[in-house]
Amino acid sequence: MYDVIIIGGGVSGAASARELSRYKVRACVLEKEEDVCCGTSKANSAIAHAGYDAEPGSLMAKLNVRGNEMMEQLSKDLDFPFQRIGSLVICLSEEEMPGLQKLYDKGIANGVKGLKILNREEVLEMEPNITDNVYAALYAPTAGIVCPFNLNIALAENAYTNGIEFRFNTEVQNIRKIDGGYELCTNQGTFRTKYVVNAAGVYADKFHNMVSEKKIHITPRRGDYCLLDKSAGTHVSRTIFSLPTKYGKGVLVTPTVHGNLLVGPTAIDIENKEGTNTTREGLDEVITKAGQNVKNLPMRQVITSFAGLRAHEDGTEFIIGEPEDARGFIDCAGIESPGLTSCPAIGEMVAGILQEKLGLEKKDNFIATRKGILDPDTLTREERAELIQREPAYGNIICRCEMITEGEILDAIRRPLGARSLDGVKRRTRAGMGRCQSGFCSPRTMEILARELHVSMADITKSGGKSRLVVGTNKDTL
Amino acid sequence: MKNYDIVIIGGGPAGLAAAVSAKRNGIESILILERDKELGGILNQCIHNGFGLHTFKEELTGPEYAQRFIDQAKELEIEYRLNTMVMDISRKKVVTAMNREEGLFEIRAKAVILAMGCRERSRGALNIPGYRPAGIYSAGTAQRLVNMEGLMPGREVVILGSGDIGLIMARRMTLEGAKVKVVAELMPYSGGLKRNIVQCLDDYGIPLKLSHTVVDIKGKERLEGVTLAEVDKTGKPIPGTEEEYSCDTLLLSVGLIPENELSRGMGVEMSGVTSGPVVNESLETNIEGVFACGNVLHVHDLVDFVSEEAGTAGKNAVAYVKGERQTDGGQEIRLNPADGVRYTVPVSINTARMDENLTVRFRVGAVFKNCYVSAYFDDERVIHRKRQIVAPGEMEEIKLTKEQLLKYPDLKTVTVKIEEA
Repeated sequence: MYDVIIIGGGVSGAASARELSRYKVRACVLEKEEDVCCGTSKANSAIAHAGYDAEPGSLMAKLNVRGNEMMEQLSKDLDFPFQRIGSLVICLSEEEMPGLQKLYDKGIANGVKGLKILNREEVLEMEPNITDNVYAALYAPTAGIVCPFNLNIALAENAYTNGIEFRFNTEVQNIRKIDGGYELCTNQGTFRTKYVVNAAGVYADKFHNMVSEKKIHITPRRGDYCLLDKSAGTHVSRTIFSLPTKYGKGVLVTPTVHGNLLVGPTAIDIENKEGTNTTREGLDEVITKAGQNVKNLPMRQVITSFAGLRAHEDGTEFIIGEPEDARGFIDCAGIESPGLTSCPAIGEMVAGILQEKLGLEKKDNFIATRKGILDPDTLTREERAELIQREPAYGNIICRCEMITEGEILDAIRRPLGARSLDGVKRRTRAGMGRCQSGFCSPRTMEILARELHVSMADITKSGGKSRLVVGTNKDTL
Repeated sequence: MKNYDIVIIGGGPAGLAAAVSAKRNGIESILILERDKELGGILNQCIHNGFGLHTFKEELTGPEYAQRFIDQAKELEIEYRLNTMVMDISRKKVVTAMNREEGLFEIRAKAVILAMGCRERSRGALNIPGYRPAGIYSAGTAQRLVNMEGLMPGREVVILGSGDIGLIMARRMTLEGAKVKVVAELMPYSGGLKRNIVQCLDDYGIPLKLSHTVVDIKGKERLEGVTLAEVDKTGKPIPGTEEEYSCDTLLLSVGLIPENELSRGMGVEMSGVTSGPVVNESLETNIEGVFACGNVLHVHDLVDFVSEEAGTAGKNAVAYVKGERQTDGGQEIRLNPADGVRYTVPVSINTARMDENLTVRFRVGAVFKNCYVSAYFDDERVIHRKRQIVAPGEMEEIKLTKEQLLKYPDLKTVTVKIEEA
């Protein structure tokens, strides 16, 4: 019997696992997909919000500000990209000023540091590509951008290194209360555990409602995004938001940690928890709305579009803790924006609850740091030459757009919880994420995966499950 | 640091022909840098025939055509490096490259010939909505899988875009046992060569739907189907015209983009129309001694013209290195594309530097029937050639001679245009 089973390997689950791994505990993460970071965590704005949006006093506000504070040190400890670039909320008219002021006041109440309302001239001096119609803006210097994939992967790898088990392709189908804990029925057999952490993203209501009469309801709130080429990456230097509405923070324009420009999201409530398809209307809305705050957006530079699902709970609040009528079941539900920002604090909170309930002791041998995949671009010329001499695979470029070497791809596959699919390699290394969108490198990455995993090319998938990339050999049906 | 007279970036058809020409014109010190594991470039995966009709007066497959140039390069003992990625070229023509054996290394060149070719436009560039499952390939990626690896990307295929690679892959996939259901083309005309429509679609009964596009992609893990719709004159889908096609594969043949990241990095001036460098009559960019040819300059339909153009670039690079170029006393003439002509290569001519003959290549922006291709020397119409049809999918050319240009001593602009009959 496990002490703890965490359902879901997204940022909430992985952060909880990593914090829990500080203690002497037998714990396991069950993930229905073939990798961590496959749901909400992989398709979002990749922002570390400053924390002025959430209602003062709410859990969201508290964890947002705390998560933002923790992010910088965490990014150093776990070696993932994070940049504190600041953000601007754009106000287009005098009539909107009370809204901007309210945001400022909330930020102050939430303990956000460095907030400032800037006038038109100050905004345009900071960001020359902001619309000429700008009236004022709320500047938040503590806002940042993060690589959501490597944040999630780093947390999971570090948790794994510290003894947390991970089981992939393992979908929880039913949860049953048993003596002293729960029994989880999955497609890979039955697991027993004293405690359950429900970090199942858009499915968290389903699992919660299996054990509690106090029902919760999560709506998948779809957000469509467009990603622009690196040639557009410096169009703005900070994250540019609209004034928020009841559906969220509106369409933003932001540089990414990899130097692209990200534009989105929409906010469309849907039924289908797997409905990550973009729509024409959604993409058109992104383009129109982004143009309201930022001028001359080079939308011809779009290299891909995607949609993510926010796990919106009816109460618009994080639900973290034990329902009154389900002892031993720890919810980590309704984790929508600012969930990514908050995840370090969510992990801390969840682990804190478990530590107290289980009376867990700290480990002596907790490894607090993790080294990411080496990016040869960060090396000096001499260091890079030495690296290639030592490991020639670092001299072999596989992804020409992002200049990713075979060495990096091998590292992505061979490391703990390594990549098993094309998307797994992509999320870890960026191979295939560039302007040609894997047209050139996908057959080459498939070859490396096949060689390393000792399977045939026909077994390589895009993202696990039925997502095979080839279906057979030439003339095999003739 | 090693020194070479001419460094050629890319060992595909353009790079090979440039190298062969440079060597034959008397330069010994030449280096080709090729990122793939063999010379020949994309021709190696183009196993269909139809190459070389102009150059060799016979029909060759892509690999055969490439081999002719590889053999010449080897016979001429032209130096080359394989599996070598050029990371950066400085304005002073220092090339930084990388491979497994030598690591990172620098080469100083007197002249650089850019011959990096092009890449395919991706789904992302079209912003097609829907899911993002496995089974969506650019036509060239599918071509590599089928022709080089012997692997079938899928069984039931829809192709978006009627570029030549898409048309070729419609036939290829059919011959390998797949069912190609339809080719959809956004424009009211095909983007490919007429002969490919006939030989790759008509001969196999594959329908071509002009003015159609993909408006939705279904299937979360593997592609399950696409929705096609007719588009209006502005390219917008017309509601009510949607048709569902079940398929496990969508191939995209929606355009090629010259691969000019290195050129941009070194400060080469680019054309907004071709996405290739702006060049003069010598195929020389705004940086002296840096030349461009082949698909990196502008996307070609036929490799024969790539070879011819690259040969010219090689020869001109030699003249530059040897310091044999006339630079004084020539007239500077602009080439001006107008009335249906989208661009010209080159964009300027210096009569002192130019050879006796100059081929000006261009593309038109729409289909024109029973028209004239005309060239005006300032206001005077000098060339007026009747054409039954000109189309965006087929590159056009006019020939200018030095003798002809010198007859107009005050000539400023040559305007190339399409005139209706």
